[in-house]
Amino acid sequence: MSEPIRITYEVDGEDFMSAGTASTDMKRVLRQLGLDSEIIRRAAIAMYEGEINMVIHAHGGVAEVAIYEDRIEMNLIDHGPGIPDVELAMSAGYSTAAENIRELGFGAGMGLPNMKKYTDEMTIETEVGKGTTVRMVVRTV
Amino acid sequence: MNDFHSVTIDRTRCKGCINCMKRCPTEAIRVRDGKATIISERCIDCGECIRICQNRAKKSNYDDFSMLENYKWKIAMPAPSFYGQFAGVGDINVILTALKQIGFDAVFEVSRAAELVTHLTRRNFERIRSSHRGPVISSACSAVVRLIRVRYPALCGYVLPVNEPFHLAAQMAREEAMAATGLSPADIGIFFISPCPAKVTSAHAPIGIEDSFVTGVFSASDIYIRMQRVIGKIEKPEPLMQSGIVGINWATSGGEAAGLMTDNYLSADGMENVVRVLEEIEDGKLNDIEFVELNACPGGCVGGVLNVANPFVARSRIKTLRKYLPVSQNRLDSSDNSHMFWEQALHYEAVYKLDDDLTEAMNKMKKIAAIEAALPGLDCGSCGAPSCRALAEDVVRGTAKESDCVVKFRDQLELLSRTGVDLSSVLPAPFRHGPGGNTEEER
Ligand SMILES: Nc1ncnc2c1ncn2[C@@H]1O[C@H](COP(=O)(O)OP(=O)(O)O)[C@@H](O)[C@H]1O
Ligand code: SF4
Ligand SMILES: [Mg+2]
Repeated sequence: MSEPIRITYEVDGEDFMSAGTASTDMKRVLRQLGLDSEIIRRAAIAMYEGEINMVIHAHGGVAEVAIYEDRIEMNLIDHGPGIPDVELAMSAGYSTAAENIRELGFGAGMGLPNMKKYTDEMTIETEVGKGTTVRMVVRTV
Repeated sequence: MNDFHSVTIDRTRCKGCINCMKRCPTEAIRVRDGKATIISERCIDCGECIRICQNRAKKSNYDDFSMLENYKWKIAMPAPSFYGQFAGVGDINVILTALKQIGFDAVFEVSRAAELVTHLTRRNFERIRSSHRGPVISSACSAVVRLIRVRYPALCGYVLPVNEPFHLAAQMAREEAMAATGLSPADIGIFFISPCPAKVTSAHAPIGIEDSFVTGVFSASDIYIRMQRVIGKIEKPEPLMQSGIVGINWATSGGEAAGLMTDNYLSADGMENVVRVLEEIEDGKLNDIEFVELNACPGGCVGGVLNVANPFVARSRIKTLRKYLPVSQNRLDSSDNSHMFWEQALHYEAVYKLDDDLTEAMNKMKKIAAIEAALPGLDCGSCGAPSCRALAEDVVRGTAKESDCVVKFRDQLELLSRTGVDLSSVLPAPFRHGPGGNTEEER
């Protein structure tokens, strides 16, 4: 199997409005590769939610995408506060987002559950005070 | 795909500046040999390039007024936005009467059909919405539908599968005219007065239906000019108007959505905003919104490039014109409305796909990344592609060369000059001395 296509996106924690740019660019690449629209949609949603989480909960981070012939891997790496209780964080509707963030329409507590739902694999490595890495895989065949 | 396009380039006017290329939302424009060219399959006829071109080198082709002569019964179909073009006209009937004085036998307002589309959408909304996860996206703006078709594969199924009002209006106008005149369809000419090139294209190469009943399309500005000599003189306008606020509101952004009896809608206008909203829908961010109305032109159809009036002025005129009108004058009856729906679903056109074979597409993508990495990243456009990335893509697609990049080219020259090579031997033709130059002597 040939080498994957690797793309790295810096996700700026200061610039709220720029969240979504990694997802937008990744979609363009997936379209050019001719991948199925449903696959693109699922990967885009997962990436978007991951980006938003890094911006609103972790002061930004890095999104690494690797596209293989049979799968898309998305790793979201941040050095934010970490997640104390992953199981709780994964439950639908749970959110620690501040009021001002909610007013902007974020913080519905559905990000992590949706990332799980729309990907084929998802793992979270996290350490309080150190940061969080979310690994996701969307299989394309 | 029928490849009719209203938007074309006038090569004699084009100076080869890069303004349109930078502005095009689908990266459809390249500048080659000093002139802009359009990659046909990517162009969505939005008219952004027409709006920005200072040299009037981008134009929208539409039908010639003389086409009227071929028909015994000629019907004018003004778009709702047309009503906002006239200063000092307080009654839509004046505009409709003036149309009858410049050569048309009858008028059929597109706003009538728009009211029916509103009613149909309302009636079928739950069913249409439940067919997919996100909001229903309006299909009223042809440029937006075409944009979705080439750029948003996942959203093709979100688009309201209902014909644009002007197609429906043409169908109704034809039936009415046949009943009223007893003429055969071949004798009836149905002419849409369009605010934009996208609708000209939609009339000639419709989406969702095989054929349109529209005979020809004129530009709003063309008809406006013809009406100038009569419109001031109309004292007793005929009572021709048969639509209300709901239909006329379609002229401006948010107007279609306002008729749907839901507060849970979003409307956006202007190409950049449209793109932002579509990206967000695709990312699953707007799933709680029921209806999304998108207009490629600023302000909605009043902002179309074939209009004459400033869109903000037109918008304010329309507000005045619709005062005291009935809310709506057209409602569906109980008959079958299946003709109002698209016959074919919106089908994604993969115009950006690098290769049919995934492995090959991946190889090309890697080559693009490698080429792009070696380009200066200025996105200056001097190479004739809208960005360094686009040039890299063109190189891999075989339609451009890396040395089209002026910065790279300059670096190469500098290197060569350091090695003592005579520059005139490597300069491209236009800069070069003619035959018999002084190359020998210099050396
Ligand atoms: N990258 C992260 N760093 C720290 N905490 C996070 C991160 N991602 C998610 N969380 C925590 O998990 C919770 C649930 O996340 P999510 O399901 O995306 O909901 P929301 O983002 O709407 O709060 C967040 O409120 C936050 O407390
Ligand atoms: S009409 Fe729109 S899509 Fe077509 S070339 Fe002009 S700007 Fe690009
Ligand atoms: Mg979240």
